[in-house]
Amino acid sequence: MEESNNKIVISIEGLTKSFGDNTILDGITLHLNKEENLVVLGKSGSGKSVLIKCIVGLLQHDTGSIKVGSHEITDISEEELIKVRKKIGFLFQGAALYDSMTVRENLTFALLRLKEKFTTDQVNEMIEEALENVGLPDSIDKMPSELSGGMKKRIGLARTLVVKPDIILYDEPTTGLDPITSDEISHLINDTRDKFKNASIIITHDINCVKTVADRIVMIKDGKVYKEGSLEEFTSEQDPYIKSFFK
Amino acid sequence: MPKQIPNPEVAVKEEASLTSLVKEKMKMFFIKIANVIEYLSIVFRNLFTNKFEFQEFLKQCYQIGNNSVGLISITGIIVGLVLTIQSRPSLVNFGAVSILPGMVAISIIREMGPVITALICAGKIGSSMGAELSSMRVTEQIDAMEVSNTNPINFLIIPRFVAAAVMIPLLTLYADAIGIFGSWLGVNIKDTLSLKLFIAEAFKNLEFIDIFPAVIKSFFFGAVIGLVGCYKGYNAGRGTESVGIAANSAVVTSSLLLIIVDLIAVQITDLL
Ligand SMILES: Nc1ncnc2c1ncn2[C@@H]1O[C@H](COP(=O)(O)OP(=O)(O)OP(=O)(O)O)[C@@H](O)[C@H]1O
Ligand SMILES: [Mg+2]
Repeated sequence: MEESNNKIVISIEGLTKSFGDNTILDGITLHLNKEENLVVLGKSGSGKSVLIKCIVGLLQHDTGSIKVGSHEITDISEEELIKVRKKIGFLFQGAALYDSMTVRENLTFALLRLKEKFTTDQVNEMIEEALENVGLPDSIDKMPSELSGGMKKRIGLARTLVVKPDIILYDEPTTGLDPITSDEISHLINDTRDKFKNASIIITHDINCVKTVADRIVMIKDGKVYKEGSLEEFTSEQDPYIKSFFK
Repeated sequence: MPKQIPNPEVAVKEEASLTSLVKEKMKMFFIKIANVIEYLSIVFRNLFTNKFEFQEFLKQCYQIGNNSVGLISITGIIVGLVLTIQSRPSLVNFGAVSILPGMVAISIIREMGPVITALICAGKIGSSMGAELSSMRVTEQIDAMEVSNTNPINFLIIPRFVAAAVMIPLLTLYADAIGIFGSWLGVNIKDTLSLKLFIAEAFKNLEFIDIFPAVIKSFFFGAVIGLVGCYKGYNAGRGTESVGIAANSAVVTSSLLLIIVDLIAVQITDLL
């Protein structure tokens, strides 16, 4: 028991979240292991983005518990929350690049605000490497408004990865990308994990991405965990609802 | 077609829904007041406890100045000109043309300069703060800042608010100068008076008590514009339509508040 607890980096129990009368999450229980890629599946509007926002404290959940490492997110103090956020990287569904900053400044901002001091050379080196990884080294001095939707997404990914967080929450990392780039991003997620030994929650509808990255899958339906298991368990499932995702 | 007979049941229902509507409105009103108080207390607490983002502050000062200086110049000159041209005939009737420079200078410095500058800035600066912050809210940039260990109150709101409070008095002094220059142009349509002499005339009767309260007043105008613009932007809804709503209501609310602050300020200076 002790040992298995040490393997868990995020554990969520009985999580509920409503907006007014609209109950979105209705008792979610799941956990994320060390160095694991956990894929979260679910219909549009099922509350996947809400779930990961609760984990970083951007939204406050109603009941239940969320533990990140040894920190309980419910009623967490400001200082503790900062500690938690320093460990977690977050890729927003819409990339959320800062409009008023260039790509370089976007990445520098994330890097310098989250990590200790680096020299300018170190920062530049890390930024170039991160942009290289997402295949966009030339856009370093562009403004976000000059980028296409898919490029923004990749810069958002670079901004998340440049910090090298222990835990990464990806909100639809491959949505809106062409199949080749999607494939590259999926492999980048795996490579990052192999290199930095981080744990990830990956929200996606892209079945090819699921097949590449998933160590374990959790499916959410009606605010609850509908099924949890490995890729094989999901693909061999006869339940029509699950089958419709893997068509 | 038969005349419609009012249905008493519907009438009762409408009445009931009216009272519940009023109740609902009242409730919303108090919730809003509570929100505003909470917002102000958070902003001021952060202002005095957290590290000041000086870089952002400078950026905002530059933007405020750069965005409004042209408009303020044009308006200032025209206001000075118009005030002078319009006051002249009445003063001629009383044989008091010589007080024209002093009179116009006082009305510009005490009232026209601060109020017009503030209203222009409410339109120009307040709306852009509302739009910028609300679009950052809608596109989750504010959330992204928060997870990047940056307090958005500290990074976004305080620099804007302080920059507005610092820049609007400066812009007001600039508008005063331009307005007085416009007035000199106005005088020179009918008379010839050198600028040097005009300025000497204008400032002859001007006292510290005329200038100082106006500067303080415009400091509060700036604070109102910054606080309202940021409040509307920061608390915008989640849809794209909230960007327009935030920009619009930033202008409307801050203009209204400016007039109210002006009214209060005039009462206070009257006591001095
Ligand atoms: N801040 C909020 N206020 C009110 N309702 C919200 C808020 N955030 C999300 N919701 C609602 O919660 C529900 C779930 O939203 P969420 O963004 O988590 O869906 P999702 O599973 O990520 O869907 P998608 O796959 O389309 O991104 C939606 O009905 C949405 O309208
Ligand atoms: Mg989502």
